[in-house]
Amino acid sequence: MAKLKLGMYWAATCGGCDVSVLDTHERLLKIVEAADIYFWPIAMDFKYKDVEAMEDGFLDVCLFNGAIRNSENEHLAKLLRKKSKVMVAYGACAAFGGIPALANFTTREKILEKAYKTTVSTDNPQGVYPQPSTKMPEGEITIPEFYNHVYKLSDIVPVEYTIPGCPPPADLLMTAVEAIVTGKLPPAGSTIAGEKTLCDECPLEKSEKPVINDIKRPFQVIPDGKKCLLEQGLICMGPATRSGCGAACIKVNMPCRGCFGPAKDIKDQGAKMLSALASIVKFDDEQKADQIINSMVDATGTLYRFGGANAILSPRRTEGEKP
Amino acid sequence: MEKIGVFVCHCGLNIAGTVDVKKVAEAISGYRDVAHAEEYKYMCSDPGQNLVIKAIKEKGLTGLVVAACSPTLHETTFRKAAQRAGLNPYKVEIANIREQCSWVHDDKALATSKAIKIVRTMVEKVRGDSPLETIKVDVTKKALVIGGGISGIQAALDIANSGYPVILVERQPSIGGHMAQLSETFPTLDCSQCILTPKMVDVSKHPNITLHTYSEVEDVSGYVGNFKVRIKKKAAYVDRDKCTGCGLCSEKCPSKNNSSEFERGMAFRKAIYTPFPQAVPNKPVIDRENCTYFQTGKCGVCAKVCTVGAINYEQQDEMIEEQVGSIVIATGYEVHPVSKFAEYGYGTIPDVIDGLQFERMLSASGPTEGEVKRPSDGKTPKEVVFIQCAGSRDPEKYFPYCSKICCMYTAKHAKLYKHKVHDGQPYVFYIDIRAGGKKYEEFVQQAIEEEKVVYLRGKVSRIYRDGDKVMVCGEDTLLGKKVEIAADLVVLASAITAQTDSRELAQKLKAAVDEFGFFSEAHPKLRPVESNTGGFFLAGAAQAPKDIPEAVAQASATAAKVTALFSGKYLEHEPIVATVVEDLCSGCRICVPACPYGAREYDKEKKVARVNEVLCEGCGACVSACASGATQQNNFSDQQFYEMISTALEESNV
Amino acid sequence: MFEPKMICFYCKWCTYTGADLAGTSRMKYLPNGVVLKSMCSSRIDPQHILEAFKKGADGVLIGGCHYGDCHYVTGNQLTHNRVAMLQKILPDFGIDPHRLRIEWISAAEGAKLVKVINTFTEDLRAMGPRRSK
Repeated sequence: MAKLKLGMYWAATCGGCDVSVLDTHERLLKIVEAADIYFWPIAMDFKYKDVEAMEDGFLDVCLFNGAIRNSENEHLAKLLRKKSKVMVAYGACAAFGGIPALANFTTREKILEKAYKTTVSTDNPQGVYPQPSTKMPEGEITIPEFYNHVYKLSDIVPVEYTIPGCPPPADLLMTAVEAIVTGKLPPAGSTIAGEKTLCDECPLEKSEKPVINDIKRPFQVIPDGKKCLLEQGLICMGPATRSGCGAACIKVNMPCRGCFGPAKDIKDQGAKMLSALASIVKFDDEQKADQIINSMVDATGTLYRFGGANAILSPRRTEGEKP
Repeated sequence: MEKIGVFVCHCGLNIAGTVDVKKVAEAISGYRDVAHAEEYKYMCSDPGQNLVIKAIKEKGLTGLVVAACSPTLHETTFRKAAQRAGLNPYKVEIANIREQCSWVHDDKALATSKAIKIVRTMVEKVRGDSPLETIKVDVTKKALVIGGGISGIQAALDIANSGYPVILVERQPSIGGHMAQLSETFPTLDCSQCILTPKMVDVSKHPNITLHTYSEVEDVSGYVGNFKVRIKKKAAYVDRDKCTGCGLCSEKCPSKNNSSEFERGMAFRKAIYTPFPQAVPNKPVIDRENCTYFQTGKCGVCAKVCTVGAINYEQQDEMIEEQVGSIVIATGYEVHPVSKFAEYGYGTIPDVIDGLQFERMLSASGPTEGEVKRPSDGKTPKEVVFIQCAGSRDPEKYFPYCSKICCMYTAKHAKLYKHKVHDGQPYVFYIDIRAGGKKYEEFVQQAIEEEKVVYLRGKVSRIYRDGDKVMVCGEDTLLGKKVEIAADLVVLASAITAQTDSRELAQKLKAAVDEFGFFSEAHPKLRPVESNTGGFFLAGAAQAPKDIPEAVAQASATAAKVTALFSGKYLEHEPIVATVVEDLCSGCRICVPACPYGAREYDKEKKVARVNEVLCEGCGACVSACASGATQQNNFSDQQFYEMISTALEESNV
Repeated sequence: MFEPKMICFYCKWCTYTGADLAGTSRMKYLPNGVVLKSMCSSRIDPQHILEAFKKGADGVLIGGCHYGDCHYVTGNQLTHNRVAMLQKILPDFGIDPHRLRIEWISAAEGAKLVKVINTFTEDLRAMGPRRSK
């Protein structure tokens, strides 16, 4: 059998997804045995023109990680889509917007102002902002355009599979590679992870009737390692988050942050987590829900930590609508 | 594909006057999956219903929307019509274009446009509706009544008289409850024992009643119609089948200094005892803690004197298992003990007693044989102070609620005291007199006017002992004066509280209690005798403080509920219940506290949360709580809501 | 004049019946809302509310039973919790939380229903179209 042609690209991302490939350790040899890598900018020297030169559909699989935050990300997403038979949204950013999509809760202007004007270390007396195009005596130079909104990959191009996670665990990558190699692919549109939510994999004990009284941040409490973190007052996104990671964070006493996105039939992970929280707040007290939500530092960011490009409502904050 | 029929009713001019019904029918005829649309003058008339039946049969309709008046009026009509034509009744929805459209709007164009939206929305609902069948459950036609006071007795008798078997469980050695302790009852002053004992005997003789006294409910599993109950029959060390109730054992028992619960500590009883002479069953039990034989291994007098050999020191607690279909909770109340009141001496002043103790004192069969004698020295008290609201209506220190019966029984006490001690002077400290009830106000007025009971409006701040007197300091707020009375006896109308272990029982039963431990009714107005949990009914003071007539009325009401439950071949239940896709459920249990009916439970084996369809009332609270999407509600699915929402927001300009 | 679009989620037992009462009493109110009925307001999922805004609703009204009167005992308390919490995060989606309103309207309060619908419609008119559709 001919070796698979593999591409991997990073758009708006931290690089953790690329590194996650190395988490496969010695199993990496299996991947290399089954596939040749034709494009992987973080690991090897490739030029965009190498991709442009490929025939359409040349790559068997493209693992695309990172959100779409600027015109370069979009260009590459479209280009790689054309060149790939199977497009995989690899990691939380490509799948749901991820951490970069937290920017959707503010505006482009505010981000630029912060980055180029107001941080302590900024020295920009003329208030120059980077421009997509600058005319110079030598000619026009361009940089990618910084969008007002961060998109998930499937907002831009059709995507066959999603492998969620921040980053995806090596086991899931191996499952996917195995499926590709053996041709036993699930139906297009599938997410390669669990069907249930994280509580299914969670080793902690839950009470018969979970109830919470107040919210704590992870640094305020040393979890006892036995009881459900939510019941200990920590916002654990487990009930609203797809399983498949093996409860990695829980096992080191950290609450789930939701990087696997919503469960199969759920449209909005944040809204669902909010509804779940609201349902276990002691509810004989009308003030309690307000107290809980007010005690959450950045409630929206917590509930939509990875889902900023995957919510029912586009989270873009629009100036003019009263806060 | 669905084939949906839409029928638009004119309702004479009620709808057609404001809504252009023809336009509605036209607009909907091209809409998704609508296979038939027409309008008619009166859809609910026979010809109207026949149009529906004909269309279902001829066009093979799979769903029906009737755009007409509110579903509360004719939903059932059209569901039945559909059923006659072979269409599942749950595939029928009403678009309310009268009460919520034509009658509330004037502008014909706007009303028509809105009517179209409403009809489209309901078409979307029907498209997503599943054909459903009523849930049917078998019923075990046997009831359990917990508590053998007057409420439990009445409930048991009424159910048994309707022909159903009843198991009555009482934890004391005898049934009768608090009512058996009372002397006379307000407002008629008939003797409590005289009206109660015949009922107690009826219970013991009734062929449909199985009585388990000195027994407690250990646990309950199952659900409405099908409960499995374990009852612990505590060891009495007396073989009740052999015992003839002759009483010789009690007479000869040398351990005689045991405080009598029935006499509320005002007399002693033996270690082998029946709580009172009219006890049912009239057979003794041995109080192991105070029995010389059990404590030292020596004695055994009772065994020696028993002529039938009924004493059995080896007897063990016995577990009884029963299947029942319904459970009446009639566990009654307690009286807040005098020892808990700091301002009244924490029970250290012997001549400060509570109302129930005073009842025993007034009772002809009581420790003083009906004579009023104060506990400290047995003298007849000449000045008696009655203090109402001792612990009641006192949110800061005790209980915020009104104990309801104290105003009346205090008036009764004062009267009965005067009847026995003619030259005595009763005083009553009160906050308000609450004498709502037939002949109640007259009863209190008579005490004030004819019996010259002195009513002082105000609270007592302190009680202390001075020589052989009990000094009562308070304020008469009507005169704005401080009052100090040197009393011979003080009687506290102590707060009525829930049984101290009512919360434990509630947990066993999975029935809810309120913050004070009283059992919660399903609805404060419309379902006052039902518990939230299906199959449980509440009788008497277990639910809230109440007097005898109220307790009896409520007990009879529970009996009506129980017999209604038992009347059909099956229990029928609306099928719009929550459902769980087990493959998606991760067992997070967030649905469990969302359910007020205990219908959501965690299955430890499968590690998923389940829905008990019989207990589910179909509110959908757990569906919204479920963050995994595993829980949905029949015919109220998320998908249906999404479709309805976007349809409702589509333009429909006419 | 700007005519807002509203989704009105009513519980079957109180608010829906209250709306029926307004009808039988021939009270008049503005026709901007379309009613979606559920058995209890607690069936209303925050996702439904967000979906309504996504599909262009200018306002969402939730009507339930008064505290202590809920047909399902505690359902409306759950709804209150969910709505109160959702209102806190709505601004992050560019939506004025006043566009989401929760009202306890009993089956006897037809007049209250009329007042709520009319004032809510007027308020939404004053707010104008949503900027973030």
